[in-house]
Amino acid sequence: MSTDTDTTPQGAVTGLEKRIEQLRDGLGVFKGDRLGQIGIALVLVFVFVGVFARPITIEFLNVTIPGLAPHDPNARAVGGRLEPPSLAHPLGTTQLGRDVLSQLIAGTRVTLLVGSLAAFMAVFIGTNVGLISAYYGGWVDDVLMRITDIVYAVPFLPFAIVLVAIVGSSIVNIIGAIVLILWRSTARVIRSQVLSHKQRPYVESAEAIGASDVRIMYKHILPNVLPLAFLYAAFAVGYAVIAEASLSFLGFGDPNMLSWGEMIFTVYTADAIRQAWWWVFPPGIAITLFVMSVFFIGRTLEKVINPELRHQE
Amino acid sequence: MGLREFVVRRLVQLVFTFWAFFTLLFVLFRLVPGDPTSMFLLDGMTPEQREQRIAELGLDQPLHVQYVNYIEQLLTGDFGQSFIYREPVIDIIVVRFMNTIVLMGTALFFAYLIGVTFGALMGWWRGSRFERGGIIVTLVARSSPEFWVGIVLLSVFVFWLGWFPSSGMRTTGGELGGGFIQRYGSIDFLRHLFLPALTGAIVYLATPTLLMRSTMLDVLKADFVEIKKAEGLPEMTVLYKHAARNSVLPLVTVMAIATGAAMGGSVVIETVFNWPGMGREMVRAVNTNDYPIAMAAFFLMGSVVILMNFVADLAYVYLDPRVEYE
Repeated sequence: MSTDTDTTPQGAVTGLEKRIEQLRDGLGVFKGDRLGQIGIALVLVFVFVGVFARPITIEFLNVTIPGLAPHDPNARAVGGRLEPPSLAHPLGTTQLGRDVLSQLIAGTRVTLLVGSLAAFMAVFIGTNVGLISAYYGGWVDDVLMRITDIVYAVPFLPFAIVLVAIVGSSIVNIIGAIVLILWRSTARVIRSQVLSHKQRPYVESAEAIGASDVRIMYKHILPNVLPLAFLYAAFAVGYAVIAEASLSFLGFGDPNMLSWGEMIFTVYTADAIRQAWWWVFPPGIAITLFVMSVFFIGRTLEKVINPELRHQE
Repeated sequence: MGLREFVVRRLVQLVFTFWAFFTLLFVLFRLVPGDPTSMFLLDGMTPEQREQRIAELGLDQPLHVQYVNYIEQLLTGDFGQSFIYREPVIDIIVVRFMNTIVLMGTALFFAYLIGVTFGALMGWWRGSRFERGGIIVTLVARSSPEFWVGIVLLSVFVFWLGWFPSSGMRTTGGELGGGFIQRYGSIDFLRHLFLPALTGAIVYLATPTLLMRSTMLDVLKADFVEIKKAEGLPEMTVLYKHAARNSVLPLVTVMAIATGAAMGGSVVIETVFNWPGMGREMVRAVNTNDYPIAMAAFFLMGSVVILMNFVADLAYVYLDPRVEYE
């Protein structure tokens, strides 16, 4: 565990071997975990649908890959109004005659975009804050952790609503609001992990041979806490998607980007929830399925990181 | 560091956090689009009245003076007047706040009651089909946004079966009694309360269930459980009196934090069920630019979160003497 010094060529080899060993171990856990496999399979399906939702034109090859959505999701009156599912419209139509299936497929993109971007940025900030806070200690730690405490005091949805009302509801602002709150849990967890790594011999020996602070933090300590950051990223994707959906449901979504949450908001404002089940249920089920598969992956990652959990089931 | 010193330090931190939160509110609501002074003015005022009102509110003062006045006002519960209701904000928000507390309190109570029982049984019958199924059910519940759970319950129990009223807190025209019992104890009220509270209970169920299960698994490894079993005590007695009791401890902390987090959830649940609470009021206020109400609601929600985080920290050290104060 503690021979993780990359300063000699030999050290680099052992470091790499250790990583490969960890990776193999991780794959082994996924092989034995049904829920994790289901999670990965579902996420792959969502990514596929999201990427190929609308037609993609590759200019220099002069080809167009047709989109998965059978209709333009915003085209009015492709069918009748509030039609129940039929062959032409497998999930029926909206009150404006738009195709629900096409909207559902197009909405996948927004979900993937918000989920991955918000989670990446939140975990990126959180990991850096935790790393710097724990490594330097003293007043740096005090300042960063008090800021984290303050962010913990802010209730997410009310904050996001007010912020979006002030700066305008665009997808960038929504992701920003989510990131501003979501980084806090990663920061705390990474900090406590780094605190325990700081005491280990490999850090001391790196210090002894005069490695710079930045080098010790990012080259030596970071790889050891990175698996934990991945775990928090998986959960962060789930929370970010729920957050975006909730904001859109309340009517604060990006009016130019149709998301699943916004579809349900439209059903609500059109007062069609009582009859148009084909319009309400697909986006809701899609949100739950996506978040669920991300959480399944997270649970399996948890077992990779903490081998004790493997014996709990 | 002793317990007393820890509490004092935590109290200082509490005051500091409150101050930072007040400042954040001040900055946020001064960034409101348009003239920031407009949020404290009512429509239909003559220019002279406007001038007078601005002077009255101290909005012609330099920013730092305004800031001090603002903190004073918050501390004395003076949030100004609602633009829409034309009434003092505090009168409106207190009633809404009570409605939210009743709804979310009921939801959390059932979430923890069911969650703890369910989690304890899952840990006890480890490796069984019951446990595996239970984990999946909890994970699905946790993956569903509050509004979606609410809509599913609405569709099934209101639109399809017709068992419950669809929205609001009481039937229109219903007698509005003065006392607490008449207000929150009538059958009509409970029928309105059931679905929104159930929504909250389902959403907040996952955390206590999974936590209770994993602490149970740890406790069950301890020798004293084996000893009690060997003494020939009935299985349920060991489960309830010895194993479960020792597993409840970590839940207290989580419960306090969840209570704070439920403030955010109330915004969505109240919107789905048209519950006249603080969350729905806040959405309405932001949509109609009724900033004094929006600010007061945000202030109260944040305060609950801060206080609950404080309670969680204290409960943690108080209940577990092994904790080191750091």
